[in-house]
Amino acid sequence: MFSINAEGLGYRSLNEELRRSGELCAIFGCRGQRFIAAGMSQKAIIIEGVPGNALGAYLNGASITVRGNAQDAVGDTMNSGQIVVHGSIGDAAGYAMRGGKILVKGNAGYRAGIHMKAYREKSPVMVIGGVAGSFLGEYQAGGIILVLGLEACGKPVVGSFPCTGMHGGKMFLRGECQDVLFPRQVSARLADAEALKEIEPYVSEYCELFGYDTKAVMDSPFTLVTPDSKNPYRQMYVAN
Amino acid sequence: MVLEGQTRIPSGCAIAAVISRDGKRMSGEGIIRAMYPMHDRSNGLGGGFAGYGIYPEYRDFYALHFFFNNRAARKDCEAFLKERFEIVKSELLPTRKLPAITDEPIIWRYFVAPLGSVLRSLQLDEKEFVARTVMKLNAEMPGAYVFSSGKNMGAFKAVGFPEDVGAFYKLEEYEGYSWTAHGRYPTNTPGWWGGAHPFTLLDYSIVHNGEISSYDANRRFIEMFGYQCNLQTDTEVITYLMDYLIRVQGLTLEEAASVIAAPFWSDIERMPNREDRQRLRYLRTLFPSLLVTGPFSIVFGFTGGLMALNDRLKLRSMVVGEKGAKVFIASEEAAIRAMEPQAENIFAPGGGEPVIVKVKEGTF
Repeated sequence: MFSINAEGLGYRSLNEELRRSGELCAIFGCRGQRFIAAGMSQKAIIIEGVPGNALGAYLNGASITVRGNAQDAVGDTMNSGQIVVHGSIGDAAGYAMRGGKILVKGNAGYRAGIHMKAYREKSPVMVIGGVAGSFLGEYQAGGIILVLGLEACGKPVVGSFPCTGMHGGKMFLRGECQDVLFPRQVSARLADAEALKEIEPYVSEYCELFGYDTKAVMDSPFTLVTPDSKNPYRQMYVAN
Repeated sequence: MVLEGQTRIPSGCAIAAVISRDGKRMSGEGIIRAMYPMHDRSNGLGGGFAGYGIYPEYRDFYALHFFFNNRAARKDCEAFLKERFEIVKSELLPTRKLPAITDEPIIWRYFVAPLGSVLRSLQLDEKEFVARTVMKLNAEMPGAYVFSSGKNMGAFKAVGFPEDVGAFYKLEEYEGYSWTAHGRYPTNTPGWWGGAHPFTLLDYSIVHNGEISSYDANRRFIEMFGYQCNLQTDTEVITYLMDYLIRVQGLTLEEAASVIAAPFWSDIERMPNREDRQRLRYLRTLFPSLLVTGPFSIVFGFTGGLMALNDRLKLRSMVVGEKGAKVFIASEEAAIRAMEPQAENIFAPGGGEPVIVKVKEGTF
């Protein structure tokens, strides 16, 4: 395995070294370098330290594992591949992602999954093990956002204004979410057996990665949120 | 040179802070270190720091930091000051020559006490008098700009990257119980020395990342109370809002936070506690013009503490961590790790949720 000492390296040189490295690469001493592995494919990268904003932006098939927290805009516009974070992530994770997977052990900041979309055979998935901040799935247009609320310490599974502007895709929140205020244009209901079948593989992947018991995690009601119709905002500003 | 206000350039920033709750003083080196990993958040057009507890030997005097365009401006200003203050010390603020910092104005420091006779004749308390004097100087004295006016604290700012600005002002030679820092990426106004952060009035300082949409509404309101916004930069107005709410109106920090980053009406109506609902409705009704909208994350410095606050939509990032008696705040976790690699309890406060850290009473 290649390894890169990121101490004192700027983001450009770090990415250059990463491109020169083999398929397996470990980065240590990471401290805020942005755009790590941007656009990369066919690589498995392990990061120690704190990677900077836009980690795995435009990711195109590579797999990234972070052994701690990550900052803002993880997986910005990613196309395919996988990002696994063993800590928490900042704001706007999975911004406009249209493929691939993001799995986060802990919490997500504000606006996770903003503008997430699906395209033809592509359908992105984001699994947040802890709780998510406000504006989760803002303008979500496709894909699946799944929040498990594990180790929530009394915090609600999601902050205020989830699904604002949502017009596609699915959001699953573990629990009955009776205190969560959803916008009028979406429908929130308890997930039935068929819907739960869809998320089981992701829950099981999460549990294997981070050491939880799939059965115990699945043994809970889940709330499924979807937009009401194909064009839920028909009359919001003008007829469209 | 075209100053802020004479031109407008439509076009982010880095903030960081550290405070020791036990009052133990730290040199400025740590806070400078925080700015390295966030280098790309600034563009070299402004950097600055505020340190608290840095002038213990002059703790009873206001430390006035000035930029002067030329010697004549300094002489005029000094004549003005002498009529109103006892000047106990007057000196060039120590700096070191660096290739990265150029075109510096004359940077001067006075330690002063308002003359009792003047205060009595104007029937003003000391702080109000100093605040008014700072406003007057900045509005009416061409070529002179007061950029720091508190007791036992000081702001240090320049055009340049924050790391270089810290070295330029020799911050390693100062020791404070708290520090704030800013790296500027000016979005609406040109970078000039006075336009760098922190913005200060008395011992209050603000470092700010964001861009305030309510600037004009806030400015029109605050100008009714004698504050003059001379720089057409949004951060300046936040400093005055905080001074007005806390020093003049006597609000607590939490209340001031609920005014400038007020919760949404829909959130207020859903609060379980009736008293909370009443208090928040009251504050929103009384100070509607002081609601600050648009993206911001700020660190507000004051004697004995810091407050970090995000806009209620949390359109800018902010992370808090701690280690022992120290608390760290920054735009990015990487910056906190640069100050303290072993920082613990890292969390991101929600929008409109103030994080207030105070130094133990009697230790500063």
